[in-house]
Amino acid sequence: MEMKIVAERTKLWADKPSPYCPGCGHGIVHRIVCELLEEMGLADNCVFMAPVGCSILAYTFLNVDVCQPAHGRTPAAATGIKRYRPDTFVVSYQGDGDLAAIGTAEIVHAASRGENITTVFVNNAIYGMTGGQMAPTTLPGQKATTCPDGRDVKAGMGYPIRVCELLRSLGGVAYLARTTVHDAAGAIQTKRAMRKAFETQVRGEGFSLVEVLSPCPVNWGMGSLEALRFVGENMTAYYPPGEFKVSGAEV
Amino acid sequence: MSERVLLRGNDAIGEAAIRAGCDCYFGYPITPQNELTAYMARHMPELGRIFIQAESEIAAINMVYGASAAGARAMTSSSGPGISLKQEGISFLVGAELPALIVNICRGGPGLGNIAPSQADYFQACKGGGHGDYRMVVYAPATVQEAADLTVKAFDVADRYRNPVLLLGDAILGQMMEPVEIRPYAPNRPEKPWAVGGKRQGRAPNLINSLSLEEGVVEEWNWKFKAKFDAMRREEGMVEKVNTEDADLILVAYGTTSRICRAVMKRARAQGLKVGLVRPVTVWPFPYAVLRETARKTREFLVVEMSLGQMIEDVKLSVLDHAAIHFHGRPGGGIPTEGDILEIIEHVLVRRRTGTVTTRGSVIDWTIS
Repeated sequence: MEMKIVAERTKLWADKPSPYCPGCGHGIVHRIVCELLEEMGLADNCVFMAPVGCSILAYTFLNVDVCQPAHGRTPAAATGIKRYRPDTFVVSYQGDGDLAAIGTAEIVHAASRGENITTVFVNNAIYGMTGGQMAPTTLPGQKATTCPDGRDVKAGMGYPIRVCELLRSLGGVAYLARTTVHDAAGAIQTKRAMRKAFETQVRGEGFSLVEVLSPCPVNWGMGSLEALRFVGENMTAYYPPGEFKVSGAEV
Repeated sequence: MSERVLLRGNDAIGEAAIRAGCDCYFGYPITPQNELTAYMARHMPELGRIFIQAESEIAAINMVYGASAAGARAMTSSSGPGISLKQEGISFLVGAELPALIVNICRGGPGLGNIAPSQADYFQACKGGGHGDYRMVVYAPATVQEAADLTVKAFDVADRYRNPVLLLGDAILGQMMEPVEIRPYAPNRPEKPWAVGGKRQGRAPNLINSLSLEEGVVEEWNWKFKAKFDAMRREEGMVEKVNTEDADLILVAYGTTSRICRAVMKRARAQGLKVGLVRPVTVWPFPYAVLRETARKTREFLVVEMSLGQMIEDVKLSVLDHAAIHFHGRPGGGIPTEGDILEIIEHVLVRRRTGTVTTRGSVIDWTIS
């Protein structure tokens, strides 16, 4: 019987141990990034910008150029690379603490300048690498080591920041979408949105960002299935998935 | 062909950077260095090079990080408070072994201070204002010509060591106009096979970072950095000595203050007082050996700074107990006057006194070693 290859592992992910915890969503997002870089022929001139956070360790297994700047400054450093070498395909990968807390100024201004880069924003509502502190995207009532009784928005802990809604009004933003990876349909949708974001950069239209709602069962103190349910029910309720901007026009 | 033009210090630094092949400039407004940012805004784009007014000094230094990671000759400039914000980025540049030029046109501090000239950022520049165990070459030009020449040199030195270089000026140097010979210059640009970006065409992936969680790796990096810092100490020190051979008193000053001291030296010599001058051109590496050597003959040293006394600590480390070290400083934007410095010299050399004098209604303090 003739055998046909119908699916292969991405070659951009070296055969090395994953640094991520069981049930973490980063692996799915990384795989989607890698698959698209291969499918779209972008791997050879890609620079993957790693943030400070769990995915700082991407350099240990990704088979592309990696640049890792200071906490939150990834969009600024990505700007430096892309402006000097416009022939480079820049994937700027950030978590919620990196992008929406310490690096708020950098993401807003990179977006407003319309830097021709693609930001992959993994929102898991927690600081993972440092052990589960409250993030700017932690949901009201959600527990973390620095809000042990749950995030109390009325007690000065602030409201969770909806990044896509915040960035939508900026003129430099060409593509903006929010997806989830809590189920197969979400992962397929994530890949579809990410492809559009990558195409936006390839066409030179300006800033593109895909926010991916992603589980962190270890720091949430949940089992893997429970964490997936939390993304699918609680996170999507506060952070509605969908496209916000396509080719610079609001959806 | 050289051309001789009248240029403001800030503009001369910008023109020199452009001639040195600076590909990318990232800035943020702060006085007294704004002319430099404006100069780059006008001239970089017309040469097809990159100019960005960043959203903050933090963003600017991280744009430098990215551009340098991609192989560019990149620079930023600021003044005191802005340079404080860049310290994290400078530490990251050293950690990731990225060349860059950072210009500090100092103003009075601490805090927001004022926009008057100052040399109070010496510690920050020379002793590692950022975190971690690092060093970088720090040039302290005294004239607009020297600011231009050292800017050009700084790019080469940064590339040679894959390490940031700092140019330390002050509001006077940045703002005043002097004739400058703009010399033709062939940038000495090394290949950068370590850079990220562009077509890889089969080469293995490159990595620009400063993190390793594997045991012993960061210590190993630090030993490698030390070897570079040692090479900088051996190769990159620059110092000017004037009239030190027969001097009874040696003035030690850098940058703008050294110009005041040079004038004082001439006036003192005219009065028959044997005064010399040692001017560090690099304040890191510091000319310890040159000062130690002069202290074999000269017994009195007078350090003059626009600060409460920072470089004096390095002079003390050089001279130790072999000579008396006096200090005169004006902080917070004050500028030492020739008259005050001369007054101290007369008290030390003629009246053999130390301490405080009152002259023309003002008190001049100088500490005793």
